[in-house]
Amino acid sequence: MKTIVPILCALVLLFTGGLVFAKDYKVIRFGADPTYAPFASKAADGSLVGFEIDIGNALCAKLNVKCQWVESDFDGLIPSLNSGKIDAILASMSITPARQKVIDFSSEVFSSPTSLLFKNGAALDESLESARGKSVGYLQGSIQEVYATRVLSRAGLKVVAYPDQDRVYADLISGRLVASIQDSLQAQMGFLRTAQGAGFEVGKPIESELLPSKSAIGIAKGNEALKTLLDQGLAALHADGTYDRLQKKYFGDINMFSGK
Amino acid sequence: MIELVQEYWRPFLYSDGQQISGLTMTLWLTSAAIGLGFILALPLSIARVSSRFWVRWPVQCYIYVFRGTPLYIQLLIIYSGIYSLAAIREQPLLDSFFRDALNCTVLAFTLNTCAYTTEIFAGAIRSLDRGEVEAARAYGFRGWKLYAYVIMPQALRRSLPYYSNEVILLLHSTTLAFTATVPDILKVARDANAATFLTFQAFGIAALLYLIVTFVLVGLFRLAEHRWLAFLGPRR
Amino acid sequence: MLEQSFACCTDFFEGLNGYGQLLLLGTWVTLKLAFLSLCLSLALGLVGAQAKLSTARFWRGCAQLYTTLIRGVPDLVLMLLIFYGLQTGVSQLTTRMGWPYIEINAFSAGVITLGFIYGAYFTETFRGALLAVPPGQIEAGRAFGLSSIQCFRHVVFPQMMRFALPGLGNNWQVLLKATALVSIIGLADLVKVAHDAGKSSYQLFYFLLLAALIYLLITMVSNVFLHLLERRFGMGVRGPQT
Repeated sequence: MKTIVPILCALVLLFTGGLVFAKDYKVIRFGADPTYAPFASKAADGSLVGFEIDIGNALCAKLNVKCQWVESDFDGLIPSLNSGKIDAILASMSITPARQKVIDFSSEVFSSPTSLLFKNGAALDESLESARGKSVGYLQGSIQEVYATRVLSRAGLKVVAYPDQDRVYADLISGRLVASIQDSLQAQMGFLRTAQGAGFEVGKPIESELLPSKSAIGIAKGNEALKTLLDQGLAALHADGTYDRLQKKYFGDINMFSGK
Repeated sequence: MIELVQEYWRPFLYSDGQQISGLTMTLWLTSAAIGLGFILALPLSIARVSSRFWVRWPVQCYIYVFRGTPLYIQLLIIYSGIYSLAAIREQPLLDSFFRDALNCTVLAFTLNTCAYTTEIFAGAIRSLDRGEVEAARAYGFRGWKLYAYVIMPQALRRSLPYYSNEVILLLHSTTLAFTATVPDILKVARDANAATFLTFQAFGIAALLYLIVTFVLVGLFRLAEHRWLAFLGPRR
Repeated sequence: MLEQSFACCTDFFEGLNGYGQLLLLGTWVTLKLAFLSLCLSLALGLVGAQAKLSTARFWRGCAQLYTTLIRGVPDLVLMLLIFYGLQTGVSQLTTRMGWPYIEINAFSAGVITLGFIYGAYFTETFRGALLAVPPGQIEAGRAFGLSSIQCFRHVVFPQMMRFALPGLGNNWQVLLKATALVSIIGLADLVKVAHDAGKSSYQLFYFLLLAALIYLLITMVSNVFLHLLERRFGMGVRGPQT
């Protein structure tokens, strides 16, 4: 008994991984949800690729720090940030009043509206009548969840939550869902461009105060140092054209940055 | 914390506005899986102890596969994997069955618990006193009457302690249901966590609910053992 | 006929599509997780069993609370609580004490949770096994002048293991399957890797089936190993009359 307790303590400390210095930012740990192509996704060899991944890496290069990417389900990102697992969230997280109560945001990274994704010809963005009683899928913890539960379910649709966006598409393809609601560009670039996306189309962007389109980097509340650092980095990316280059690479002529 | 309880007590207990959720859904999943698993396990356990190789072997394979792989994989295969096959979607009957998330979840839980229950019952049948069965045969009991009046009542009683364990384990396994979009207690806890960011409180309430149900189940099983297994305990 | 079966095998593995290496990595993570959790839970189990059998009511109470809580709360809920909750607690502790930040990543959270949970199950197993060792053995050991620790190591432990092995084997199998839950908190173990590979290559059924087969394989190998252990620890004891 006398020897077992110190051994246990050593075991616990051993298993708690390496020590990370968090205050002087030699490393920035970004949290990402890599199931949201083309913003963030996983390549066949397991590495992370995407618009936001590239922006994050470019930011780190500009700020002369090392980037570390931590993967998580979308609804686990804010708890991870608040518990100190990650320093910043770079995962198409929109700025909403509810989120601003718990975390801070950097300046804008990009703007992108929300829309419905459905089979060709279903025209669900015009009228939801034909989808009455059927299911619409969304990502748990996203702004689309709020819209779906408050507006779509009142319109007579069944709303279903999924732990990640890929599962939403899988059920849309297999026919369990009649539509899904997510970021427009993500649907266009990340899904419609794939082989499985052939029979689907994206509806018009949805205007609603429940669906703000600006997204930014999430930072722990009160972390002024990191906010200033990231804002400087983002401004630098715009100034030297890196942002435009990356934007063109992933989205062609679409302008993602509202500049507000 | 108060706002959390005020806003989420209804989804946690019985409904999230669309369908049953939370505690009611968890209890429904558990009882459906246990009920169906029990009924299926009765004939399967008899087959498991059969002396005929061709009767015993398929059941052994089924038990081996379902006890050797994690429930999470089984749920993924039945919910996502099977429905991704075009052959299933083309058949109208299969399509309508696998389309519904609740059906898939109950099926996965049932198959899993049935495998464990079959093994438990088979072990209990094997542990019966040989003399009792011989005496029954001597009295003329044969075929299904032998099983219905002599073997199964005894075997079921003897398997009570292990079966109670299995029921509790199934209750705990229903936490996987949210990965197949079924809104059980854990899904409501995750929703509450995502909306209010009060992690300890949201998951703490879920843990508390599970603890209460577990205690109730343990109490019920203890009563059952007291009534039906009294003959195996020390005499008062 | 032989050619046909070869063709069938190569077709099966061709479907892997370059994800083979990723699958192997996932399997390795799963095995590492299972082994480390096993070590932690064995240690906690021994401690817990000693506590449950101790004469002090305080330790008995602690151990009873521990096993009751673990068996009452589902694995996944505990895992989520520990993954988010423990990290917050540790962060607050380190900031208050002025220590550098200690990271609890998904792997560590998984090991701690699984070790903690199955420590309770092992407590029960070891308690039963310790009770089964005749007390006369310990008395004889002390009579020969062996210290407490020497007594445990040379006299009690080998005899206890013989009774503990079936329970150990059972718990190990359950622990192995519980590692699949860690994929839900983001660890890239076999289940997550297979699921991701299946989603990206649109062959979900195939990859999930493969993952199930790998689990069956690991279970088979474990069974062989446990059988060997049972023979080693059961040496000198006559088996039941068949």
